[in-house]
Order: sequence, then C-alpha cells, then structure tokens
Amino acid sequence: MGMASITMMFAAFTSAYIVRQAAGNWLEFELPALFFVSTGVILLSSASLHGSYTAFKKGREKLYKGLMVLTFLLGLAFVVLQYQGWQALAASGVELTTNPSGSFVYVISGIHAAHVLGGIAALVVALIHAFALPFRFSAARKLRFELTATYWHFVDLLWLYLLFFFLFQ
Amino acid sequence: MANVATPVTTTPKYDEDLLIEEYGYDDHFHEHHEGDKYQANFITTYIFSQDHKIIAKQFLITGMFWAIVGALMSLVFRLQLGFPEESLAWLKPVLGKWIVVNDAGVGTLAPEFYYALVTMHGTILVFFVLTAGLSGTFSNLLIPLQIGARDMASPFLNMLSYWFFFLASVVMFFSLFLNTGPFAGGWTAYPPLSALPQASSGSGAGMTLWVVSLVFFVVSVLLGGINYITTVLNLRTKGMSMWRMPLTIWSFFITAIIGLLSFPVLVSAFFLVVFDRELNTSFFLNEIFINNQALDYAGGSPVLYQHLFWFFGHPEVYIIILPAMGMVSEVLSVHSRKPIFGYKAMVFSILAIAFLSFIVWAHHMFMSGVNPFISNFFVVFTLIIAVPSAVKVFNWIATLYGGNIRFNAASLFGIGFVSMFISGGLTGIFLGNSAIDIQLHDTYFVVAHFHIVMGVAAFFGMFAGIYNWFPKMYGRFMNDTLGKIHFWGTLVGAYAVFWPMHYLGMAGVPRRYYSFDNFETFSHFAGLNQFITIAAIVTFGFQILFVINFFYSIWYGKKMTTRNPWGASTLEWTTPIKTGHGNWPGKVPTVQRWAYDYGKDGKEYIPQIVPAQEGETNVH
Ligand code: HEM
Ligand SMILES: [Cu+2]
Repeated sequence: MGMASITMMFAAFTSAYIVRQAAGNWLEFELPALFFVSTGVILLSSASLHGSYTAFKKGREKLYKGLMVLTFLLGLAFVVLQYQGWQALAASGVELTTNPSGSFVYVISGIHAAHVLGGIAALVVALIHAFALPFRFSAARKLRFELTATYWHFVDLLWLYLLFFFLFQ
Repeated sequence: MANVATPVTTTPKYDEDLLIEEYGYDDHFHEHHEGDKYQANFITTYIFSQDHKIIAKQFLITGMFWAIVGALMSLVFRLQLGFPEESLAWLKPVLGKWIVVNDAGVGTLAPEFYYALVTMHGTILVFFVLTAGLSGTFSNLLIPLQIGARDMASPFLNMLSYWFFFLASVVMFFSLFLNTGPFAGGWTAYPPLSALPQASSGSGAGMTLWVVSLVFFVVSVLLGGINYITTVLNLRTKGMSMWRMPLTIWSFFITAIIGLLSFPVLVSAFFLVVFDRELNTSFFLNEIFINNQALDYAGGSPVLYQHLFWFFGHPEVYIIILPAMGMVSEVLSVHSRKPIFGYKAMVFSILAIAFLSFIVWAHHMFMSGVNPFISNFFVVFTLIIAVPSAVKVFNWIATLYGGNIRFNAASLFGIGFVSMFISGGLTGIFLGNSAIDIQLHDTYFVVAHFHIVMGVAAFFGMFAGIYNWFPKMYGRFMNDTLGKIHFWGTLVGAYAVFWPMHYLGMAGVPRRYYSFDNFETFSHFAGLNQFITIAAIVTFGFQILFVINFFYSIWYGKKMTTRNPWGASTLEWTTPIKTGHGNWPGKVPTVQRWAYDYGKDGKEYIPQIVPAQEGETNVH
C-alpha cells in the first residue's frame, strides 16, 4: 500500500514536470533563500527519524521518543518555513498570478507541503503510539514505523528533487 | 444451452468439496469470523457492505443506472441532430426550459443543452459506466474468487471505494439540475471552457460540480486500484503463481496499475484548472477578451492541459478495454472448450499495450499545433500498438478455431467483441497517421472509431461477463434466448449506428455541431443522420430487453443446480452455489495447474484444484 501511494505521487509530480517543460512565456526569478533553509530542515528531520527508528530497534526508549519528537518539530518547522518562503517570494514581486513560472512554484511546493502535512499526521499517530503504549518491540509496530519512515523519507526526497528541478529547469 | 461434447472427450465429474478438503489448506478463517461482524444486519450486509461480492453488485447496478441515463441523453441529442425540424415539445415535461418552443408550437433543444448532453453522455459513459461499472464490478467479483482469497486485502477501503463512486455520482447527478445547466465543454474539459467560469453557461457551477465529482471519482479508482494490486500480489492461494492466473486477473491487475499511474495526472490537471478558475492564475489561459473586455490572464497555454489530459486519457481508454479483453479471453476459452491460444503472448501483449499506452498521448493532439516533427514519434509508437493488439485478436480467433463452441449469449458477445475490436482498431490505424488525421480529426470518423473500439467493444465485453458470471452473482441464469436476441439486435444496431459515421467523417462532417444548416455541402447527409438516429433508438430498445432480462432473472431466472454450469476450470466455480462470506465454507482450495486445461488427455476440462495425475505431461 505504501508502495502504491508512492507510485501515485511519483506519477503526479512527473506530470507537473511535463506541464512545466512545455510552458512558454516564462519569467525567470530567484527562489527565496528560505527554501534552502527549509531543505536543510527537512533533511535533518529525515536523519532524526532514522535515528529514532534505529533507537527503537535497539530498544533505547528515551532516544527513540526524543528523536521522534524532534522529527515532528522539524516537520512543522519545514511547513512554516515554506510558508514564509512564499511570503518572501510574493514580496519580491512574484505573486501567485504574476506569471505561470511563479504559479508553478507555488502550486507544486504547495502540493508538496500538503503531502508533508500528511506525513506529519502519520507522525502524530506514531507519537501517540510511542507515548501512550508501553514500550515494546513487535513485528507489527516495526512495520508501522517503517511505513511512516518510508513515507517521510519519500516526501523529503521529493522536495530535494523539486528544488533541483526549480533550480535547473 | 450446453452442446454435447465431442465423442473423443469425456466429461468427468469432480467433487469440489472433497478435492478442497483433501488438498486445500486450513487458514482457520471461519473460527475467527464466526458471527461475522461484517454481516451483522441488513445495513452492513447490503449497504455498507465490506464483502467484495456485494460491492461488485453495487458497482454493477450503479453502472447500469448510469448507462441508462447516459444512453437516454444520447437519444435526445440524436433526435435533435437527425430530426431538427420535428418538434421536441413533448420532452418539455422532462427537460423544462431546455426545450425552446417557438410561436408555431415547435420545440427544439436549446443549443447549450445539446452540448451539455453530449458532455454528460461522454463523461458518464467513460467514467461511471465503462470504468467503474466495468472494472469496478468484475475486479471486485473475480479477483478474490479466482485467486483463492477470502476477500480483498482491505475490505474497508474497498467499501470506501464504492462510496466515493456513489458520492461522485450524486454530485454529477445534482449538476444536471442546475439552473445554468451541467458542464457543456466536452468530456475532455479543455480550457478555456473549463477554466473560465464565464465562458459558457455550463462553465460556472456546472464545471465546479463536474470537477468535484470527478475528484471523488478518482479517489474511488485509486482506493480500488490499490486494493486490487495488493490483493493480487499478496493474497493468491498456494500454487497460484502469477503464470497460473487466469487472463481476467492479469488484465484487472495491469488495469489497476495503469489507473494508479494515470489518474493522478488527471488530478494535477484539474488542480491547475481549479487554480485558474478560482485564483486567477494563468496556467492554461492566455490573453482573452470577453465582450471586448480584456481579462487579466497572460502567458498560459491551453495545449498544456491537452498534454496532461491525454497523458491520462489514452491510458484511460485501455483502463476501459483491458478488463473487457480479459473477460473475453476467459469466456471464449471456456465456451469453445479449448485452452486460450498463446497464454503467455496474451500476458505479454497486455504488458506491451500498458507500456505503450503511456507514450502515445499526443496522437490526440496532431491538430493542436504540436511540432510536426515530434508528432512523427507519436505516429510510430501509436502504430506499434497495433502489433500487440493484433496478437490478441489472432489469439482469440485461434482459440475459437476448431473449438466445440457453445453459442450462448456470453460467447456470442465475446465473439462480437472481437469483431468490434478489429473494426475499430483498423480505423485507429488511419487516425494514427498524422497526415490522414488532418482530414479526419474532430470529425465523425473519430466518433465512429472510438465508439466501435471502445464504447461498443467494452460493452460487449461487459455483457459477455454479465451473462457468464450472472449465475455466480445471483445463483440463477439469465434467459439465454432473450440474451441471443439482445446480442443480434445490438450487433446489427451498433454497426448501423456507427458504420455510416465513417462516411460522414471522411466527408469532413465535424463532430460536436448542433446543426449543419450553414453547410450546404453536408445537406445531403440529412437522410443518413436520420437513419443513424433511428438505428440508435432501436438499439436502445434491445438494451431495455437486457435490463428486463437482468432484473427478472435475479428473482425468477432458472436456478443453478450444479456449482460449475459452464464446466470452467477456474476457482470461482468451486464455491458453493450460495457463496457466503469468505467464499469457501471450509478450507481454501490450492491450485495445482494453470487455468486453461480444456480438452486435455481426453478430458473435457480439468479444474485448477485437481492435482497432476500419474503420467500426466505438460502440467503448467
Ligand atoms: C490500433 C490501435 C489504435 C490506434 C492506432 C488509435 C488511434 C487513435 C487516434 C490517432 C485518435 C485521435 C483521432 C483524432 O482526434 O483526430 C484516436 C481517438 C480515440 N481513440 Fe483510438 N486508437 C486505437 C485504439 C483505440 C482503443 C483500443 C481505444 C479504446 C478502448 C481507443 C479509444 C479512442 C478514443 C476514446 C478516442 C477519441 C477521444 C476523443 O477525442 O474524445 N482507441 N485513436
Ligand atoms: Cu489515444
């Protein structure tokens, strides 16, 4: 199931790529610097989630919980930073309706942010599991954790791809 | 119904229960599900059901409802087209203000509503009938039964899949009654008609509801598709390797994958349309004037939408036809009492078609101003699709060849499918040549092509499936004589409707025109247009016959007395006549051979649950 939804989103952003390539009347502009900050943040969040997962497997409960909270906070920070990035973009004269090139940045990063929010929702569930249930290592919980983590890394990589895409296209 | 077997083969008797008891495996299903929570009361059994067999019926009945609505719409606009002088005032009680009655008392269909009807007809038939009604019904019914699973991987998501479809249906149905009318810009929803709310009367609220409905629909398709794929990959019973799966399962499986890869692209396109509509972006809109007023759009390109739409749209036509192909393969093999010819070639051609379907989309855009040089690539890929298609046709005919064919409604519709697919596939090759397409694009030739190859053919596949699996669904048979009348009426009728359209198209008659009054050259086609309209009405009459037969048979049809009336080898016929929740009352059957052992070793058929016999060769 995780696989299938990944495929689905993969298809969605590939399509966005095609859209963008074929468009004419293009306005060149600089991406807001905040987008690079947010990139760093989401990369960190992936690292911390991976750390949490490793701690979970090793049975180190404190570290597992702590890193999961950290991931959650970093995820929220990412979304906030993206939002501020949009504001910076708008302040620099590129508003949603100025030119399709700008509109694409808003829409694609917006859809991506929506997927990150989906990931945050999954993290919330994982957090509830971590704090409400007694710590225990079981195959089912490992699988659930893996699915959440896979998704999270996926939206992270997706953002990297999109960023490079915006930079070099 | 059943013909006598040839003298050389014998029809063995199999005791399925015994075979399953002996070779099946015990998954302790019924111990866990005693007093099943899914089927506690009427509502959970029949309405919010999580049982794949009930969900299949829900898809089927909803699809049939839409098929009737969509077909009636086509009759109304055909009446206007074929008989523009005749009064349609008698439709006023139903259509209200959309019938404009002049001083002389002659009623005509309002042009806006003509376009709305054409649009709704296309949308309904493509999405609600031939996608949900066809693949939704039979993927649900057959995947678990034929691979030996208790149910879908996630019965709950499966239920949601149906209810999202239902929601989509309700929204679309509601849009029919809007004061400004439903969306009227064609089922492809090209901008600007779709992206500018003020572009036409249906472009406002009509388009809003259209897009909302289709987003619900896509959710339904994706939930269904995820389920079909996971079920096929994970829940096959012991012994059911991929290469032993019936072709039905292969086709549903690949269809679901295509759907998962293409529908999100449609959603992206819708997303951008909605932005253009609501937030004044210019993805698809360029400088536009309405009533001499310049609108605030710049730099967008409507051709972009076409790319996105057809990147989805061409795979979508295969989403429609592949399930039909799979069922026809199965039905032809069963009723000609022969193994399917070239099983592996069939699977590989499905895979090839699925792959190619993603790289031919621009053949719908040869005339949209795409670079002619790039068009060449699309011409080549498009024509290559003819190769796997021809492989399939050859294999169906070879399957029939020399078979001991039972000519019943199911197999006749299967054979009719092959006929339709050949006729429509050949015209596809005309259209696939970008130079010929200059003349034919957006004419009735295209209408003829896709109705024959997709519309009628897919319906034939669906009918073959319904007649064949009706006993599985309802424990009774449909009346076969009525079924045969239905078949011949539909075959002749459908060709009578669509064949003449090729001539209209070659003469350049454009599609989607309300009236040809202004074209002196087309005036001599008036008679032909009347003929088509009459043929359409008659053909519709035969479908009423089918609907009556269907509902009558549910309650009063001939009862099934044996569990495997067609002598088919696949697993769905090893369940009891009344198939309960979990499909098999005891153990789950295991699979010992492929699905096509017909006429082997002097035996008329050998079910998949029968182990290899001593000295048996060629066990697949
Ligand atoms: C041999 C294979 C086929 C070829 C070469 C082919 C080629 C084409 C081409 C070039 C067009 C565009 C014509 C135009 O607009 O000027 C077209 C339209 C269409 N084809 Fe095919 N086709 C093939 C098979 C099929 C199949 C199997 C289906 C469906 C099951 C199908 C469904 C359609 C539909 C729905 C349209 C029209 C869509 C619209 O404009 O509303 N085709 N085909
Ligand atoms: Cu196509």
